[in-house]
Amino acid sequence: MFTPFRIAVLTALVSASLLTACGHSGTDSNVVKIGSASPLTGPQAHVGKDNENGARLAVDEINAVGLVLDGKAVKLDLIAEDDQADPKAATTVAQKLVDEGVVGVIGHLNSGATIPASKIYFDAGIPQISPSATAIAYTASGFNTAYRVMTNDAQQGTALAEYATRQLGAKQIAIIDDRTAYGQGLADEFERAAKADGATIVAREYTTDKSTDFMAILTSIKSHAPQVVFFAGMDPQAAPMLKQMKQLGVNAQFLSGDGAQTPKFIELAGVDAEGAIASNPGLALTKMPGGAAFKQKFNARFGEIQNYSPYAYDAVYVMVEAMKRAKSSNPAKYLAEMPKTDYQGVTGHIRFDKKGDLTGGAVTLYQVKAGQWQPLQTILSK
Amino acid sequence: MDILVQQLINGLVLGSVYALVALGYTMVYGILELINFAHGEVTMFGAMVALAVISALLGAGVDLPGVVIALLGLLTAIPACMLLGYGIERLAYRPLRHAPRLAPLITAIGVSIVLQNIAMLIWGRQYISFPPILPQGYHTLLGARITDVQILILVASLVLMVALTLLVQRTQLGRAMRATAQSPQLAGLMGVDANRVISLTFIIGSGIAAVAGVLVSAYYGLAHYYMGFLLGLKAFSAAVLGGVGNLAGAMLGGLLLGVIESLGAGYIGDITGGFLGSNYQDVFAFFVLIIVLIVRPSGLLGKPSHDRA
Repeated sequence: MFTPFRIAVLTALVSASLLTACGHSGTDSNVVKIGSASPLTGPQAHVGKDNENGARLAVDEINAVGLVLDGKAVKLDLIAEDDQADPKAATTVAQKLVDEGVVGVIGHLNSGATIPASKIYFDAGIPQISPSATAIAYTASGFNTAYRVMTNDAQQGTALAEYATRQLGAKQIAIIDDRTAYGQGLADEFERAAKADGATIVAREYTTDKSTDFMAILTSIKSHAPQVVFFAGMDPQAAPMLKQMKQLGVNAQFLSGDGAQTPKFIELAGVDAEGAIASNPGLALTKMPGGAAFKQKFNARFGEIQNYSPYAYDAVYVMVEAMKRAKSSNPAKYLAEMPKTDYQGVTGHIRFDKKGDLTGGAVTLYQVKAGQWQPLQTILSK
Repeated sequence: MDILVQQLINGLVLGSVYALVALGYTMVYGILELINFAHGEVTMFGAMVALAVISALLGAGVDLPGVVIALLGLLTAIPACMLLGYGIERLAYRPLRHAPRLAPLITAIGVSIVLQNIAMLIWGRQYISFPPILPQGYHTLLGARITDVQILILVASLVLMVALTLLVQRTQLGRAMRATAQSPQLAGLMGVDANRVISLTFIIGSGIAAVAGVLVSAYYGLAHYYMGFLLGLKAFSAAVLGGVGNLAGAMLGGLLLGVIESLGAGYIGDITGGFLGSNYQDVFAFFVLIIVLIVRPSGLLGKPSHDRA
């Protein structure tokens, strides 16, 4: 069985894996490891890599300037792991990061992955800042290690529902969610707020975060004649869903959350994207205090921004600022400094409330006009 | 009424795609008793190769009608997938032809993962959009809408299914395939080159998968390195439903699964008064599958004997 060719291939593989192992095991006492966890494979790999790139940009900038903690020069090392947007894989990845000795984690991307992982970081006493997990449950567990630099779903869902009922004047609304912690949470908040505003939910349908066929549920929705179809999920579902709505002749305004408010959505939905409305927590990139500068730096290195990379970028700075105040990268020491965060980042002014949620976060609504997301209005949450 | 018609159209279109992919599973199983889990990925490669050609042509500003460009993409994807299918069989399965049955099964899963990752490295993690080069119109049928692309899918599937049936039933190659399915050794004694027949089976199945891949990505307007996974799983279920190893079974199973899913997703919520929602559509489909397998363990049209393909 062991032909020379096979032996050669095996040798190459083994030595390659040994080399990578060596690369990681370089023990430099001044190296501080920060973890990044997001889906790097699977349907959401594009947004996941975007988060990693945002964090990497910040880490490399900080290293280029030179970070000094308590008189000692420190080099940051970003360790990126793939959680496959899967809750089970997320806990494995979280444990792996903890075992590798990271002092903090930027992640995860999805609420469904962030929530189970947060318990592991809490048990290890490692601060975690999610750039994009918006589910309320994430910070509701009371872990003092859990933070996010993005508006949560209660704020976003309410803003979306109020927009649908008050600005669009919708009385009958259909809701679809992708059954992830994010989609379900956002859809529930939207439903609650829409009902409170007097709208009727004529259909509540479900799909998955891997589906591309929505013809059946959309046909069912069409028979209920809603004025607004709200989808809580990500762009790979939102785009074909909107296309299929047009194919079936569902005459309703398409409304979605931050998962769909991406350039990819417009690319995938093509001409059908025109007129779609979606929200994104925070300000529009063009309205962000450091948006233009960030875009330029990011584009030069990684290409187009997918969605949350500015938040991942800010999350690294928020974490490092806390280390600077604590004069230490020891999680036990700088964790105490996290609540005092008062940082003017690319995405806005970052401060945390008691739970670790962003205070005074904004939600911006966008509409596709002439093939571009154009900001409609920004709602400041209470 | 128009809602029911619409759901049937939705289901038949979805089912035709399942059926096309299921044919590949069932052909290989019929001959080798191997579940080629990498078949979904071959479908994905078909879509990806076609899209690469289409975007290259559009990018170069080639002034041809959209249908011709799509056809050129398809005509590149088919041989590319045939080559891929041949390569998979030659490199991954043939060395394990006489190994215990679990070995090729695990290898199949491995090949599937390898192909996904190769596609990820070549085409990236991004969803790739399928440009709207095919006719985008629709027709009204009994109050329901059927689009041009949907008609294309139905017609293409029908043509391919008929062609494949004729190939297997009426040609010398088809007879060789049926003989090899019954007994590779005996067929060999009769002068049938089993390796050649098996290679051709993979090549034909992969060619059909390429067509299915292109149709799917044109229908949904996107392609992604991961798209073969769920499609492969559904098509495999369709093949089992119809009786794996049986060509007519794969077609029937595919169409049935599509229609069941569509009706399930469309009506569960209304029938149960919102108690069960469309999140139960897969549960519903697999419930039907389980019932069928309890009553007929070898599938709807499957025969328990060695009379396959």
